[in-house]
Amino acid sequence: MDLVFLFISAIFVNNFVLYYFLGICPFLGVSKKIDSALSMGLAVTFVMTITAVVSWMINHWILIPFHLDYLQVVSFILVIASLVQLVEMFIRKISPPLYQALGIYLPLITTNCAIMGLALLASLNNYDFIKTVVFGVSSGLGFTLAIILMAGIREQLDLSDVPKPLEGAGIALIVAGIMALAFNGFIGMIK
Amino acid sequence: MNILIPVLTMMALGFLFSAGLVFAYKKLKVEEDPRVEKVTEMLPQANCGACGYSGCRAFAEAVVQGKASPASCPVGGEEGAQEIAAALGIQTGEIIKKVARVHCRGTKEAAKDKGPYWGIPTCEAAHLLGGQKLCFYGCLGFGDCVKACPFDAIYMEKDGLPRVDDEKCTACGKCVDACPRNILELHPLNQNIFVFCRSLDRGPTARKVCKNACIACGICSRACPEAITIEDNLAKILNYKNIIPEKTPEIEKCPTQAIGRLYKNNEG
Repeated sequence: MDLVFLFISAIFVNNFVLYYFLGICPFLGVSKKIDSALSMGLAVTFVMTITAVVSWMINHWILIPFHLDYLQVVSFILVIASLVQLVEMFIRKISPPLYQALGIYLPLITTNCAIMGLALLASLNNYDFIKTVVFGVSSGLGFTLAIILMAGIREQLDLSDVPKPLEGAGIALIVAGIMALAFNGFIGMIK
Repeated sequence: MNILIPVLTMMALGFLFSAGLVFAYKKLKVEEDPRVEKVTEMLPQANCGACGYSGCRAFAEAVVQGKASPASCPVGGEEGAQEIAAALGIQTGEIIKKVARVHCRGTKEAAKDKGPYWGIPTCEAAHLLGGQKLCFYGCLGFGDCVKACPFDAIYMEKDGLPRVDDEKCTACGKCVDACPRNILELHPLNQNIFVFCRSLDRGPTARKVCKNACIACGICSRACPEAITIEDNLAKILNYKNIIPEKTPEIEKCPTQAIGRLYKNNEG
């Protein structure tokens, strides 16, 4: 029951983008088309899941036994950077058009604070291994949900009459704010 | 001694991950023709699609494979094409720059309006309602082509017709697609005789709605029958190459100026 609870809350309530406001860069950068938003979401989900697993292993098998907790941030960065490299090579191999579409935002997953936040939050909350995995997957799905909703809205926005000064980033940020408010409504779901 | 533990740990971790990446790189390496990258860099990166491929990179791949000629990139122009051809060691054909031409002389003065138009100020919207001009074929003058041009090569003149800046125009064809009345067309820069009318109305009607409309009198086609013909009440240049230079004054006798040379400031 705990796991289901964690799963649902990481997607809807403690959504990384709309609650913690982490990972805004790809959220705004790759949310122009639903297709590329979906692939970005899946790439982030993949990196998040693997990061959660590997960072848990490093944290519990290396850092804590040697009393090196203060090296958490550094070693997590190492994990994330190498994983993103791996994903980049993988995507380039299996789908060059997708590689082109994600462009610069793919290597930028490295600096996506949502992933760092995930690793740190999991360690802060003392999640055990299973919980960490569930947390990683559901946080990634939450990110995917947010970015796809955003892409859907922005596809519609392209066709509507937006005041000139608000075109582009301006209206996107307003939409993101309203989405965050709407997602706040889910907080009552957990009690 | 304590400092050794974190140092060694981080070294071990770093080594582990880099070994993993080296292994992955060997497994997942993508073989790519280095020339594709080189040609892509030489292209204008406008990704306009005027070459018929889905972007500059796709075009570069086609060029490298010999499926496309470097000259098919209208944006890069002659210099760009020759640069690419030189880099790849192939020949380009002779290239004559193309530019967009406006095929209407229905200025505000020449072509009368039915009445004022109150609506969405784009050609596309006005065209749906039949347009504000009496002429059903002429330029509407709301500047959809100006908005479509990624190179700022088209501007609206005060007389209500767009003008093309030959220097800036790259013949990408976006204005051609944007115009709901098909007024714009791409032509080689050295062509200087055009039919500046799209009206299919019969002579008397055409004359009533626009001073500069083609009235299908046939003066031009009689002057140069091997190149010009009248089709659906409109003069048509069948083959520009067949126009004999000596005969151009004859052609220019057109009573409504619907066929002839460009004016000096590209009016037309």
